[in-house]
Amino acid sequence: MDALTLENISHSYNGSPAVDGVDLTVGEGELVCLLGPSGCGKTTVLRIAAGLEELQRGRVFIGQSEVARPGASVPPEGRGVGLVFQDYALFPHLTVAENVAFGLKGRPAVERQDTPGEMLDMVGMAGYAKRYPHTLSGGEQQRVALARALAPRPRLLLLDEPYSGLDIRLRDQVRDETLRVLRMAGISTLIVTHDPEEAMYMGDRIAVMRGGRILQQGGPAELYGAPVNAFIAKFLSDVNAMHGTVEGGVVPSTFGCLGANGADEGARVDILIRPEALSLGDSETAKTATGGGSAAATIVAVHPLGHSTIVDLRMDADGTELRARVPGMSPPAAGSRVSVALDGSHTFVFPCADPTS
Amino acid sequence: MPNASSTVHRAAVGPVTFRARLDGWTLTAVVIATLVAIPVVVVMASVLVPAGEVWRHLADTVLTGYVVNTLVLMLGVGAGTLVIGIASAWLVTMCQFPGRAVFEWALLLPLAVPTYAIAFTYGGLFEFAGPVQTGLREAFGWDRSDYWFPEVRSLGGAILVMSVVLYPYVYLLARAAFLEQSVCVIEVSRTLGREPWRGFMEIALPLARPAIAGGVALALMEALSDFGAVQYLAVATFTTGIFRTWFGLGEPIAAAQLSAVLLLFVLALIVLERAMRGGRKFHHTSRRYRALPRYELSGGRALVAFLICFAPIFLGFLLPGGQLVAWTAETAHKVVNLDFLVLAGNSVMLAAVAATIAVGAALLLAYGQRLKPGPVLGIAARVASMGYAVPGAVIAVGVLLPFAWLDNQVDGLMRSTFGVSTGLILSGTLVALVFGYLVRFLAISFNTVEASLGKVTPTMDGAARTLGLGAGATLRRVHVPIVSGSLLTAALLVFVDVMKELPATLIMRPFNFNTLAVRAFELAEDEQLAESAPAALSIVGVGIVPVILLTVAIARSRPGHWSDLG
Repeated sequence: MDALTLENISHSYNGSPAVDGVDLTVGEGELVCLLGPSGCGKTTVLRIAAGLEELQRGRVFIGQSEVARPGASVPPEGRGVGLVFQDYALFPHLTVAENVAFGLKGRPAVERQDTPGEMLDMVGMAGYAKRYPHTLSGGEQQRVALARALAPRPRLLLLDEPYSGLDIRLRDQVRDETLRVLRMAGISTLIVTHDPEEAMYMGDRIAVMRGGRILQQGGPAELYGAPVNAFIAKFLSDVNAMHGTVEGGVVPSTFGCLGANGADEGARVDILIRPEALSLGDSETAKTATGGGSAAATIVAVHPLGHSTIVDLRMDADGTELRARVPGMSPPAAGSRVSVALDGSHTFVFPCADPTS
Repeated sequence: MPNASSTVHRAAVGPVTFRARLDGWTLTAVVIATLVAIPVVVVMASVLVPAGEVWRHLADTVLTGYVVNTLVLMLGVGAGTLVIGIASAWLVTMCQFPGRAVFEWALLLPLAVPTYAIAFTYGGLFEFAGPVQTGLREAFGWDRSDYWFPEVRSLGGAILVMSVVLYPYVYLLARAAFLEQSVCVIEVSRTLGREPWRGFMEIALPLARPAIAGGVALALMEALSDFGAVQYLAVATFTTGIFRTWFGLGEPIAAAQLSAVLLLFVLALIVLERAMRGGRKFHHTSRRYRALPRYELSGGRALVAFLICFAPIFLGFLLPGGQLVAWTAETAHKVVNLDFLVLAGNSVMLAAVAATIAVGAALLLAYGQRLKPGPVLGIAARVASMGYAVPGAVIAVGVLLPFAWLDNQVDGLMRSTFGVSTGLILSGTLVALVFGYLVRFLAISFNTVEASLGKVTPTMDGAARTLGLGAGATLRRVHVPIVSGSLLTAALLVFVDVMKELPATLIMRPFNFNTLAVRAFELAEDEQLAESAPAALSIVGVGIVPVILLTVAIARSRPGHWSDLG
């Protein structure tokens, strides 16, 4: 049974559509990331799930109970859903412990007594019970917000851009801790984020949103390995984008003929190549290589990053500039001549979405 | 792998509690706004009732005088507050001279003195038998006919006393405007070689125009609603006319119609203020604030600046305050007795009740608006906060007419059904009086409460709701504790205004029920000025509280961000 089911949700603000026919489920114990650029409607979906936004079209189920349909809804306080806000929204007039106990009103005394401590323990904030929120760092506030949302033991946890307020180093650490806490609690979770790496790292499943619609859902590997359109391929990682035309059922390119991926004969297509799909060989191979996924190039610039190196290339054949990411720190120097081989599994061909491009 | 397309349609299992969309918050806000709108609507509607004889009599005899006097009063007070307010604000923000830092807050002190209190003291000080004229006669050996002395009981006297206590409205807003614009433009004008005076006239003043217009409008609204000062100084204006018609002639409808004409003046004032603003606020191109290097004044210039700032404080606070203290010292031993304490108790009780209700209503309105932003609640809030522009006498007429009608209806019904007369249930009771205060002062509490709620981020609401609290419990457990300081401020502001309020209290108070303001006015009317001083002085003392609040707020906040407290 799914913890959250959104059926054909549509929403507009003052006539301009924000969410358009979204279907989304979060399975029991599953962690789903709703990923998309800002303004794509993902936060609206989250607010509708929580009941903070009035539902306009579609239906919402928490577990097996219908909680919203147009014109009638269970208010947020009746849904048993935990929500961690982007700005954490800790109550400034309450201590950390009081914040965590806030959602326990009406619970048995034992629970009200023990739960805040247990929750703070779980997120590693046990020593902070008597502190006030303004004395905490961003990462500490985030952990308290998580403890507060988990304390009433909700059926479903929603997180809205939970790490965007943190600096990058802290973000990785807090993200790991959060993931650990969520797994420990075994709670069904929906995380809204604009950061593809975050979604890939955390999500059992990712739903990519754009312009109010869900474009693709699947596991991280599925999305990365088989994006359904150019937007998703570009959104999930850096790509080299080129153009081509379908001729005789295939797309001729610098690296030989690529599959047309169902595009019509004569149609213009986007060719997207991930930097890690390009591997470098020595120039002798390049001289002899004729097609077969390999081509000669000159290295324009080298940017070592430590774990890998970015290499900017200019292709001999047509002067196209491409970027490759190669492992390690010892690529040939700038100005060297190399042969470039293409790994077809990180190369995607899509019909041009925008005819002018 | 779970997929959206595999979602099966399910029916809700078990009882699902759906909550109706029509919520009590909207309803509450609409009810409050409707109630508050009643007095104005009644007064306006009174124009439709033919008043015949009385109205023709009024039109033939006194109406022209009311219109002329009111217009001249507005022009005079407008000019007076404008000159004093702008000059003092410019000097304390842009110049450096001895005493400047003290003047910065002391210029607010006259706000504590109600117009009627300064009118009494000036009347006592400058009348023929008063200390000033007596002193002159003794010093120079003059007789009655040997010299000319301006008559304080005149339109000119009314303009003077009102100008010296109402200019702080202009000062407050002009000072904020000058401070705000300082870094962005004044320095530029200096570096471009503008002399100080031309920089002021060509840049600072035009930029501050919207704020100054707002300040003058506030001062004139106070002037229009004044009753005690013009009555004591024998200037026939609309407020005194409303009184005479209501009590003297016993013609409530004609009084309501006079009120309607007075409302037209208020409306014209609001329209004028909007026009002066040019329909927009100037947006500052720079958000940087830092202390502006002030023009150093020395010698004669510093003395002039000192005198320009000292004069309004002296005339508007030190002189009337000092006189009140002197009179109080003279009469306190016989005036401050048990009766006096009862009066004070009445004033405090009324003010506390009205302040509590006003803050509660403001909280409901502002929170309702937050829950359901939209036109309905927006309009409700607007309507509910328009009472501040309506003179107290007008509100009193607008409250008593419908209350009396309601009383009569109930009385008639009870008599015909049960043969029992219920008499007056609402009109002439404290209920009517407190309701009148609510109408007049809700705007003050609403503005303060709304501004403070605006500082609570909306995610606080979301967090409390998802943690299981309803809208009402969220208000109680989250918003109220967070903004409690502002709620107290709002209550205090209303409290002080109710303590000072005279005309509405005079008209609506129950029989034989007196407050400090009413007693001060009545004794002054009987020329027992010294005896009226303890009551007036108590009111001035209470009135200093918001001045202190303002001073603290000014000291704490960045320039330009505290003007909403005014």
